[in-house]
Amino acid sequence: MPSIISISGVTKTYATGFKALKEINLDIERGEIFALLGPNGAGKTTLISIVCGIVNRSSGTVTVDGNDISRNYRTARSLIGLVPQELTIDAFESVWATVNYSRGLFGKPADHAFVEKVLRDLSLWDKKEAKAITLSGGMKRRLMIAKALSHEPRVLFLDEPTAGVDVELRQDMWAMVRRLREDGVTIILTTHYIEEAEAMADRVGVINRGEIVLVEDKAELMRTLGRKRLLLELRSPLVTIPETFSRYALELSPDGNQLTYTYDNQSERPGVASLLRDLETAGIQFRDIDTQNSSLEEIFVNLVRRDA
Amino acid sequence: MNLRAVWAIYKMEMARAFRTVLQSIVSPVISTSLYFVVFGSAIGSRITEIDGISYGAFIVPGLIMLSLLTQSISNASFAIYFPKFVGSIYELLSAPVSYLEIIIAYVGGAATKSIILGLIILATAALFVPLTIEHPFWMLAFLVLTAVTFSLFGFIIGIWARSFEQLQLVPLLIITPLTFLGGSFYSIDMLPGVWRTVTLFNPVLYLVSGFRWSFYGKSDVSIGISLGMTVVFLFICIAIVAWIFRTGYRLRT
Repeated sequence: MPSIISISGVTKTYATGFKALKEINLDIERGEIFALLGPNGAGKTTLISIVCGIVNRSSGTVTVDGNDISRNYRTARSLIGLVPQELTIDAFESVWATVNYSRGLFGKPADHAFVEKVLRDLSLWDKKEAKAITLSGGMKRRLMIAKALSHEPRVLFLDEPTAGVDVELRQDMWAMVRRLREDGVTIILTTHYIEEAEAMADRVGVINRGEIVLVEDKAELMRTLGRKRLLLELRSPLVTIPETFSRYALELSPDGNQLTYTYDNQSERPGVASLLRDLETAGIQFRDIDTQNSSLEEIFVNLVRRDA
Repeated sequence: MNLRAVWAIYKMEMARAFRTVLQSIVSPVISTSLYFVVFGSAIGSRITEIDGISYGAFIVPGLIMLSLLTQSISNASFAIYFPKFVGSIYELLSAPVSYLEIIIAYVGGAATKSIILGLIILATAALFVPLTIEHPFWMLAFLVLTAVTFSLFGFIIGIWARSFEQLQLVPLLIITPLTFLGGSFYSIDMLPGVWRTVTLFNPVLYLVSGFRWSFYGKSDVSIGISLGMTVVFLFICIAIVAWIFRTGYRLRT
């Protein structure tokens, strides 16, 4: 099945000469949750804004479900819902009015039952008569999502959806995103919370300095780029790591009770067995042993650093 | 055509007017009444008639025009500037709507509001002075044409403005002086020769003059020229808006 969003050779150079995007090629699969990671100013929001029609691209093509975003902009845009990063709502409108307005703006006939369902799903029904200005930050974020969902989009862009949101609301949003995915909605989210991508995404794309550095299935990414750590709880504390262990990437905890060995789990010779042998020879005994996979955050930081 | 979107925007704009009814309707009506009291009584006691029309009645078309111009501009400029200012313009730009639909909705909303206001002022004026409308069709035609033209002009200002100060700049520094100097409160025949010629360069003169003709059948310049100039302003505004949307000027980066 063809991808739902196809971005091909997209570049963006602003009038100031700043190159925000350099030749972006990216395909988003139908029904997946795609996490776009990148440091501040990497080009995440510019890329989303181009797909949604808010920013004009300098070159390249973008299609949404086969519809070119310039030639068939009506069909392309009607398939997309966007929740931008900033809480930008007409402050003096009621929740009910503004969500119904969004539905009309996207060309859908009035459907009060559907809008009610959206508001109920987002725990906003009790606030339907409230003006946006009176809502808390979390409620405003829900309202932005309700507006984006009001026209039943097939693709939902969430630009930093949980920035500044408390833990409970974040959990609610994650649950909502999963529900939407079950309904067949494709979700593209940008986030600073790596654990969000780690918990939710099917695939991860990393963008840095206007270039896609990597696009990978999340599990595969964790496997191939992941580094492992071997943690050794020592029987008696060490003051320093003996010279003879200089060939190993070892770290000693400040209290001298734990040795950490970081290694590449893809390597033919990760060195775990020889380290353990050498420790025994040196008379360093340990009472417990553990291993940890590196998190997506570490993978991300490494990728961005390597690229810098 | 995405008529549902046009209707959604139009309805939202009209709802905003009714929400701010004090600012949108009551305030201009009070200002107009004050003009009647001040100009009508103070000047009217010295100038009893112009072209056979009582001074109080003479200034009615000019007063309506003054409100029509300023309100059309402020309605339309604010309507598009506010979403730009708070950032909610993202929704409009990402929606499946064409530029034409955006204009029809916003300019239609702004023009409707100022036409309603113009009619309210007309009704208010009827309480103060005896009014005759010799050419009701042309009166409405001038009302609608002017409201649409200056709503378009306001829309352009709203897109151009980067601050609230800029938003107020053109109405305050250009439109209000031009209206006061455009024969709203006097006939240009009352001016010395050189100032009469200077006034002929004031575009508002043609609007006021044409509008007054539709009431009393008398005008400073011929009705054909007034109508022609109004249509020329309309097309200038349409051309600028078309350019803005073709280039994405200050809307899409």
